[in-house]
Amino acid sequence: MTQHTNGVLELVHVERTFKVGRRFVRVLDDISFSIGKGDILCLVGESGCGKTTTGKIVAGLLPPTGGEIRFLGQNVWEMNKEEFRHYRRAVQIIHQDPYSSLNPTQRVSTILTAPLLRHGIARNHKEAKEKALELLRIVDLTPPEDFYNKYPHQLSGGQRQRVSVARALTVNPEFLVADEAVSMLDVSIRVSLLQMLERLRNQMGVAYLFITHDLAVAKYFAWEGRIAVMYLGRIVEIGPTPQIINNPRHPYTKALLSAIPEADPKATRSKERVHLRSLDVPSLLNVPSGCSFHPRCPLYEAGLCDATVPQLVDVGDGVQVACHVVAREQGVA
Amino acid sequence: MKSATENVPSDGQFTLKVEDLWVTYLAERGKVKAVRGVSFTLRPGETLAFIGESGCGKTTLGLSLIRLLPSTAEVEKGHILYRRDTEVMDVLQMNDRELRQFRWKECAMIFQGAQNAFNPVLRIWAQVLDTARSHGVTNKKEIRQRMEDLFRLVQLEPERVLRAYPHQLSGGMRQRVLIALGLLLKPPLVILDEPTTALDILTQRSVIDVLRDIKEKMDFSLILISHDLSLAAELADRVATMYAGKLVEVANVWDTYYHPLHPYTVGLIHAVPTLAGEREELISIPGSPPDLIDPPKGCAFHPRCPYATEKCRTEEPPLIPVAQDHEVACWHWQQVQEDGGQRMMVYSEAKAG
Ligand SMILES: Nc1ncnc2c1ncn2[C@@H]1O[C@H](COP(=O)(O)OP(=O)(O)O)[C@@H](O)[C@H]1O
Ligand SMILES: Nc1ncnc2c1ncn2[C@@H]1O[C@H](COP(=O)(O)OP(=O)(O)O)[C@@H](O)[C@H]1O
Ligand code: SF4
Ligand SMILES: [Mg+2]
Ligand SMILES: [Mg+2]
Repeated sequence: MTQHTNGVLELVHVERTFKVGRRFVRVLDDISFSIGKGDILCLVGESGCGKTTTGKIVAGLLPPTGGEIRFLGQNVWEMNKEEFRHYRRAVQIIHQDPYSSLNPTQRVSTILTAPLLRHGIARNHKEAKEKALELLRIVDLTPPEDFYNKYPHQLSGGQRQRVSVARALTVNPEFLVADEAVSMLDVSIRVSLLQMLERLRNQMGVAYLFITHDLAVAKYFAWEGRIAVMYLGRIVEIGPTPQIINNPRHPYTKALLSAIPEADPKATRSKERVHLRSLDVPSLLNVPSGCSFHPRCPLYEAGLCDATVPQLVDVGDGVQVACHVVAREQGVA
Repeated sequence: MKSATENVPSDGQFTLKVEDLWVTYLAERGKVKAVRGVSFTLRPGETLAFIGESGCGKTTLGLSLIRLLPSTAEVEKGHILYRRDTEVMDVLQMNDRELRQFRWKECAMIFQGAQNAFNPVLRIWAQVLDTARSHGVTNKKEIRQRMEDLFRLVQLEPERVLRAYPHQLSGGMRQRVLIALGLLLKPPLVILDEPTTALDILTQRSVIDVLRDIKEKMDFSLILISHDLSLAAELADRVATMYAGKLVEVANVWDTYYHPLHPYTVGLIHAVPTLAGEREELISIPGSPPDLIDPPKGCAFHPRCPYATEKCRTEEPPLIPVAQDHEVACWHWQQVQEDGGQRMMVYSEAKAG
């Protein structure tokens, strides 16, 4: 597979296992991608496929058990203290639940000024307050004075999520890992949050690892970026968003897209479905041999798909697919 | 594709007729006015979906229909008329015996998140048996026979699933077990609250396909409650949009999605991205849903509405019929119709900066 060298943040053959009881479960298997400055990479896939674990590894909250994560070409887990601190500041994470990710006993003022002072970004309280108010303005909490002295419980879910973003921005990050950051928000306020995140990218060059189970949201947010589709701890397809959404190649991506119910009655009722051979999702404790999708895959070929793990191969248009049959049909096997 | 109105007689027949229903909760901070004067008719055989953002009163409405509200809740006013053949009864007036009879035999409700509420140490069969017995079906063989038929109908292997423990089944399988169980006594009315929420996509699909299938094969009226607009788009004949405890628009599914007349419905429909084609522009509705302890006077949507005038701030718009199969509660629905909701889109851009 292609090695990206120009990425600012790279995962190279990352593997992650967890000990569950007396067994080891491999939750991520051979994950490689890179994200450059101002890029958007969207991770999609059903729950349990490893999106959050990947996000934690990218943010340096969890070490891989195999492979490497590199920041500016350097293995993150071999960095010295100073380098590691710089990396951890450069990559910030926004979690799914706006209700549990903010300390309920702290006012917005403290939530924002504490990191500014701690990291020496503001020299004194006056400067920290000015900067905090500016951050509130950036995340559209205006007028900022109205929010500065509030406690999290006095804010709506959307407003809290904006405070989480403002807090992440205190340290001038280059990357934001947004893990289902809008999934719990009501639809009427979701879009404005996505638009705000997009503006941070346009105006401040922030790059995103954007994690979502919702492909329509991925399409909307990552239209200029890329989508990586995960299945049972592996990337099965990765490429430019318009390609993945409008011209999916991997049978799992196809099945997923054809199954998604949409808020458009004509479109959703007349969609052609890809039928899977089984509805059962295999357990990570017992990952199927070869291509782990093979027991469900409509293209399955015995002796091929269950024998070896398919590698990601270029199939044109900047897309890579991990499927024996697709690769053969594209003549790249 | 079945047309939305095909199986919906509009000759005044009804399965359920709700009139001016008011429900409140007593909370520490005060009285939460969760359902504020809701009226609607459920026609025999139709699927009526209730949509709206979380906290708008959907679940409260659903629970009040079978009188399973928590003790802190009070139905302050209203009628819930249920009709079976020529007999009409007010659910709110039923005595305990009639109510027991009504629940399950006449009306099955599957609650939000119920797929996670199975007893973890009992096999599915034991739980099915318990439920059936508590509703007066005692013949084990008969239950087994009927459950096997129903399981096949909802695409579950009866042998395997009845023997399984809950944790051995996926969330979608458990949801389908509940649907089958709900249909055991062939109730003419089924209420599903968020049946696909928190399920994975492929699992959601299996639940939706099963619902569509049983709806074609069996004869019952269905109330679907979901904040997820795609569920209603998939299955509903008609859609009721709720905002702040009220119905703001009730229309056939096509009008709701393609010609909504209430500014809130316009906003909601255009807030959700779809998959086909290029990336589309979306709306975000400025502000957030109101606190139901003290909802805004006049039209509750007025603080977020670009069409709002002085009248909207003081007088409450009633839900009125404006076209065939289309009711709306907005003083300025004609303007919305004229500009196709355009003002909502411009407004959202301006507010979002
Ligand atoms: N600390 C942990 N210990 C054991 N298993 C874990 C741990 N964290 C995650 N997992 C497992 O790893 C798999 C992937 O989880 P996750 O990354 O959260 O997936 P996703 O975010 O795609 O839903 C799941 O099966 C989960 O149960
Ligand atoms: N048990 C309860 N006690 C007090 N308030 C409640 C209770 N259940 C719901 N509410 C309130 O009633 C309103 C409507 O809630 P609900 O019917 O659950 O809405 P939905 O199902 O549309 O999300 C909300 O403001 C909610 O906070
Ligand atoms: S009644 Fe007035 S405030 Fe309410 S939705 Fe219509 S225009 Fe907007
Ligand atoms: Mg996750
Ligand atoms: Mg609810």
